[in-house]
Amino acid sequence: MKIENAKQLKSHALELGMRQAKGPRTRILVSMGTCGIAANTHPVLTALREEIGKRDLQDVFEVVETGCMGLCHSEPSIEVVDRVEGTTTLYGNVTAGQAAAIVEAGAYEAAGVEILDRTWYCPEGEENQAGARQARVVLRNSGRIDPENLEACLIAGGYQGLARALTEMKPAQVIEEIAESGLRGRGGGGFPTGLKWGFAAAQSSTEKYVICNADEGDPGAFMDRAVLEGDPHCVLEAMAIAGYAVGAQSGVIYIRAEYPLAIRRLRMAIEQARASGFLGADILGTGFGFDIQIKYGAGAFVCGEETALIHSIEGTRGEPTFKPPFPAVSGLWKKPTVVNNVETFANVPAILRKGAGWFKTIGTPECPGTKVFALAGKVKKVGLVEVPMGTTLREIIFGVGGGIREDRQFKAVQTGGPSGGCLKDDNLDTPITYESLRALGSMMGSGGMIVMDVDDCMVNVAKFFLDFTLDESCGKCTPCRIGNKRLHEMLEQVCAGRGSHETLAKLKNLSHTIRDTALCGLGQTSPNPVLSTMIQFEDEYVEHIEQGKCRAGVCRHLISYAINDDCVGCTLCARNCPVDCISGERRQKHHIDQDKCIKCGVCHDLCKFHAIDKN
Amino acid sequence: MIEMTINDRKVRVPENATVLQATRQIGIKIPTLCHLQLDCFEVEHRMGSCRVCVVEVEGRPNLAPACCTPVIDGMVVRTNTMRAINARRTMLDLLLSDHPKDCLTCEKNGDCNLQQLAGELGLHSILYSGEMSTYPLDLANESIVRDLNKCIMCRRCETACNTVQTVGILSGVRRGFEAVVAPSGERPLADTKCVFCGQCVAACPVGALTTMNHTYEVWRALNDPEKTVVVQTAPAVRIAIGEEFGLEPGTIATGKLVAALRHLGFDQVFDTDFAADLTIMEETTELIERIKNNQNLPILTSCCPGWVKFFEHQFPDLINIPSTAKSPQQMFGAVAKSYYAEKVGVAPENLVVVSVMPCLAKKYEASREEFARDGVRDVDIVISTRGLASMCKEAGIVFEQLEDEEFDSPLGASSGAGVIFGASGGVLEAALRTAADWLSGEDLAEVDFADVRGMKGIREATVEVAGRQLKVAISSGLGNARQLLERIQRGEAEYHAIEIMACPGGCLNGGGQPYINGDTGILEKRRKAIYREDANKPVRKSHLNPDIQKLYAEYLDKPGSPRAHELLHTKYSPRDNF
Amino acid sequence: MKKSGACLKGPIGSDNLINQQPEKRKALAEFIGGLPIGDDRERNRGYLIECLHKAQELFGYLPESVQLFVADHLRLHLSEVYGVISFYSYFTTVPTGKYRINVCMGTACFVRGADRILEELKRHLGIDEGETSENGKFSIGGLRCVGACSLAPVVMVNDKVYGNVAPGKVLDIINDCE
Ligand SMILES: Cc1cc2nc3c(=O)[nH]c(=O)nc-3n(C[C@H](O)[C@H](O)[C@H](O)COP(=O)(O)O)c2cc1C
Ligand code: SF4
Ligand code: SF4
Ligand code: SF4
Ligand code: SF4
Ligand code: SF4
Ligand code: SF4
Ligand code: SF4
Ligand code: SF4
Ligand code: FES
Ligand code: FES
Ligand code: FES
Repeated sequence: MKIENAKQLKSHALELGMRQAKGPRTRILVSMGTCGIAANTHPVLTALREEIGKRDLQDVFEVVETGCMGLCHSEPSIEVVDRVEGTTTLYGNVTAGQAAAIVEAGAYEAAGVEILDRTWYCPEGEENQAGARQARVVLRNSGRIDPENLEACLIAGGYQGLARALTEMKPAQVIEEIAESGLRGRGGGGFPTGLKWGFAAAQSSTEKYVICNADEGDPGAFMDRAVLEGDPHCVLEAMAIAGYAVGAQSGVIYIRAEYPLAIRRLRMAIEQARASGFLGADILGTGFGFDIQIKYGAGAFVCGEETALIHSIEGTRGEPTFKPPFPAVSGLWKKPTVVNNVETFANVPAILRKGAGWFKTIGTPECPGTKVFALAGKVKKVGLVEVPMGTTLREIIFGVGGGIREDRQFKAVQTGGPSGGCLKDDNLDTPITYESLRALGSMMGSGGMIVMDVDDCMVNVAKFFLDFTLDESCGKCTPCRIGNKRLHEMLEQVCAGRGSHETLAKLKNLSHTIRDTALCGLGQTSPNPVLSTMIQFEDEYVEHIEQGKCRAGVCRHLISYAINDDCVGCTLCARNCPVDCISGERRQKHHIDQDKCIKCGVCHDLCKFHAIDKN
Repeated sequence: MIEMTINDRKVRVPENATVLQATRQIGIKIPTLCHLQLDCFEVEHRMGSCRVCVVEVEGRPNLAPACCTPVIDGMVVRTNTMRAINARRTMLDLLLSDHPKDCLTCEKNGDCNLQQLAGELGLHSILYSGEMSTYPLDLANESIVRDLNKCIMCRRCETACNTVQTVGILSGVRRGFEAVVAPSGERPLADTKCVFCGQCVAACPVGALTTMNHTYEVWRALNDPEKTVVVQTAPAVRIAIGEEFGLEPGTIATGKLVAALRHLGFDQVFDTDFAADLTIMEETTELIERIKNNQNLPILTSCCPGWVKFFEHQFPDLINIPSTAKSPQQMFGAVAKSYYAEKVGVAPENLVVVSVMPCLAKKYEASREEFARDGVRDVDIVISTRGLASMCKEAGIVFEQLEDEEFDSPLGASSGAGVIFGASGGVLEAALRTAADWLSGEDLAEVDFADVRGMKGIREATVEVAGRQLKVAISSGLGNARQLLERIQRGEAEYHAIEIMACPGGCLNGGGQPYINGDTGILEKRRKAIYREDANKPVRKSHLNPDIQKLYAEYLDKPGSPRAHELLHTKYSPRDNF
Repeated sequence: MKKSGACLKGPIGSDNLINQQPEKRKALAEFIGGLPIGDDRERNRGYLIECLHKAQELFGYLPESVQLFVADHLRLHLSEVYGVISFYSYFTTVPTGKYRINVCMGTACFVRGADRILEELKRHLGIDEGETSENGKFSIGGLRCVGACSLAPVVMVNDKVYGNVAPGKVLDIINDCE
């Protein structure tokens, strides 16, 4: 159905809401993001449907496939909501076999099914609930609505921000509102969004573009995917608002090809939005026209950098170019172009709907709003976390994340992905903002947050990130193409115990020069993991070179395995050693041939008698 | 104009300038490697990739590349701080850590920007080392050697090939440390539509793209008692070779060139200009015929092998409109191996024809299958202007001190019309001189067609020739040629004659000429020298060259005769467009 | 992630795959035919990457004859097409195995031991990253985060996700591929 104007949108949404209120009383929300599906949600979904069908309860229960709830650690997860009573129950690690019990219990707690803590999961409207650590602005609809259903989106207030912008505001006022809200780019840089839009709006060109950066290349970050899978319309709405504000008629979503589900949902959403008159010519009868196309990445992290991204859309190698000119002046097809991140866009409709003043009540004065983090690594509760800016790392890791797996000792947290750095325990109480992280030698980045424990070697972690940048460097400029190669080689030397103090000095100098000279953000930040670990964990570097020791027992050249007297001669290790270098008679102590051992650690992991020592 | 501060000096510079351009105004030379600016062709390669030009800009957290940082009013720049200089040295250090340090045996020794910079920046040791790239050499063609182990990824060759020439065979391939510039599939140039113009070689700051060296073959022939070795030198060689010996650009060194060639031991020293005159005889005959019949117009010149290969690949539908006349080099070879060989009684197989050319495509041209008779090549060996200079140096010839000498006869005499072949517009002007006389039946006094001269990429003129208005166009640089041809294909333009040269500015800027390192002022000086040489000639029209007249009288009959066709004309074949 | 820099020999496009599979050729031609291709080379290039995605989806990989087909239809130089293919790790010019085993090398998987999984895979199959086994059955690759970090370390075989993979489980995964 085509929505003709803003008034009709409001009444239509109201009507849909009322219709829903008359529908089944209990809704079962099933988290169906890529990750949920990977964790085997489909059988649970099927079992729930079958159970309801079997009991003939279709009038009472409604099963809704939603996007990610962010409860990665407890997938498959489902939420049961009783609209009449207002009760909700959140279940984790649900199996198909538990479907019956859940249907049986309705929105009351089903015995034997793991119930999850609501302080972790806090949908919009619940943000002030006591004890809730998270606040959901960006993920307000993810996990709440069926992302493939436009009506669900409209009930949740979808496109009302756009309606307000188009009917009640001049483009300049929209920019003013965004600027006033203090929204800053969530793609990593934290550049004020209102300012960026203002630059593009000031250009006189009649051809302008709005690009949504959905490349999300940071390994270990998946918040943009969650937004696109869980609430695709909010991005479309935001892009149309941006188009109106800056005077653009075309939008492009550049999305990585590795996200098939997000792509499918986006395409569906675009079709729906066109059919309903939220995209296309004469949106909501205001005369403003805007349409969106999707372009795919092809596996290049550097294409997240905005100039590289533009070149990739133009069909060339995704090599960054020097700025200025900035995209806002000369971007796609050399026309003024606004590039914003998915998460940045996801904030926009909410700001327009609720006002800049509301937005500023969340977060800190310099960084209003929330930030979504992909919390992963050695933390108990891996998942997607949305917290107000200014929350401390400790709160996230130990509060929301529940602490370190197996209660081991925390060692470091890596933020900002390959551009970021590692922070130690004495940094944990710093409130997170763009500036505070940068001051500590790390970065906000896109929001990857990887927790590490004492089993992680910080030199090796630095090497890992450099491995990544080396692989993903476009190869255009000298410092990044050759400099990072040399950094990596020097780190390899340190990990192999072949480094010296001179190596460390060279590492540091070269890191500074690369940061100072590289052409784009990738190269400028690629030494951050090295520098931050060298500063924070200098003793580990020194141990590697002076004592040939890797305290985490990770660097292969520096460890050896030996069998101690606890060996009972069970032969398990010998049977599993990939290079057959363990010998020994049954029931006799076994022996490892050190010359042949490739230090794979299989024996160490397998021995049930802790008879293999790692030195 | 805006005002900025460089090293504590106030400077006023144009608003659209870069920091690099601004610093030049106050006598600061910031080192550059990847940047290439060719003013007279309005080409600027601003890749910003080498990072050796970094400077400090107040208020910016990182160093800024001077070559692509635009100036802003009130900007404060420091070019010589420790931080900037160390960073530059580190860039060089890194480049060298992935570079074979073969200077002593490198083709580019002495002409290499990287080598020079290492000297200027006082790089006394190389700090970093590690894995180096390894690529096989591309030696599969006659013109160009690619040694990607020496490539510094400045991408200047890409701009030359893709943007200037629009041949489009070079692209960055792969990424990261493995990135390099290569044709598709990383194939050898010989398998591609490369036209061997050598503009990429001229652009390459290091020894990654160099000339296929044929000087050993020349030495071998010169020292073979069985062989009679004759040499021809192209028009653009004489006005550029002096640069290799420290003479002022634009010095006319014809006499010294002849003397040097004699010193090297050539039996006869001839001139390609003679064959240029011959080309004009044939081409003009064709032109007049087509004009008279008003058929198959415009006629396109065909003396540039780069251009010929270009249209064979990329404009196969236009294959019938270029003149069928061979290039001067090939006409010379054909005449030398027939007329001259007979005259002096040397068997063609014992006569070695060596060319000295400003051009790398001529090396390829000489090897084209059709340019041989009975298994004997028309032209045996082609060396470039630079190649000849290096032979002179090997032989200890102090070029700049040589006494002038004269070309040998009969293939050494030429008119001014033959000389101007070396500049863009020259071929057309030479043809017009002859056409005017022939059409009017007079010996006209006016020989200068100044409208067709110049460096601009595409020039058009309407010239009056014997009462007819002839519309002509000239383009140099294949990108410009493409524009012109597409206009013709779309029926937007009509001409009688078009001259096309592959190299921007014509042969004086050929791929085999002394390197100009971005100083296009040198090209302008060479161009002026060519027209000075023309003006100094007693005979300035091809058909009035007495030796040409004799050649026709004794051997070829008349222009366009069957004999002339057999020896002096060729045909073209379409080639794959990739 | 590693790209082999094959220095191709023989006439361009001599693999001729494009003509050996006429239905796929037709499908590709139709796909490109549906795009608004015009005379403006710059704008045509904007469709290159989606054409390559389509072509790889159809043919499984992008040998030179397919590159040439795309280049011709978009009126681009072959070198541009190759330059782009060799840049993006998603595109491959060599056929991949029937089972594409990809180890997630994202950060979360790395800190939970993905490199050891990769080593084990390479050792068992006797091939390196980016290579295909001789019988054409397996190829090994890496990828960066499939967004299932909670299951780290993660291995994907074609579209199937294996989570919490231990080095000892690698052989099971290989044996599973039947
Ligand atoms: C190497 C590199 C990778 C980047 N990757 C991404 C990315 O995956 N997603 C993203 O939104 N921004 C990424 N960015 C930042 C973008 O260049 C750009 O600043 C951002 O999309 C602007 O949007 P914002 O202002 O909304 O943050 C990356 C930057 C660099 C230097
Ligand atoms: S810093 Fe790295 S990714 Fe960025 S332009 Fe330079 S080489 Fe490319
Ligand atoms: S597995 Fe342990 S106990 Fe068994 S043989 Fe090996 S070392 Fe001994
Ligand atoms: S570490 Fe690996 S190779 Fe070494 S003995 Fe144990 S199982 Fe064998
Ligand atoms: S390219 Fe230059 S620096 Fe390299 S070996 Fe040759 S002369 Fe030396
Ligand atoms: S400068 Fe040094 S290395 Fe070079 S040739 Fe002279 S002595 Fe040898
Ligand atoms: S010789 Fe000419 S055509 Fe060939 S690669 Fe170089 S610039 Fe391109
Ligand atoms: S081949 Fe020469 S011109 Fe081309 S990128 Fe390499 S160094 Fe530069
Ligand atoms: S313009 Fe002259 S130098 Fe250049 S390719 Fe043509 S003939 Fe050779
Ligand atoms: S459950 Fe989807 S992001 Fe984790
Ligand atoms: S000369 Fe400026 S970056 Fe290369
Ligand atoms: S890092 Fe492996 S799935 Fe995210």
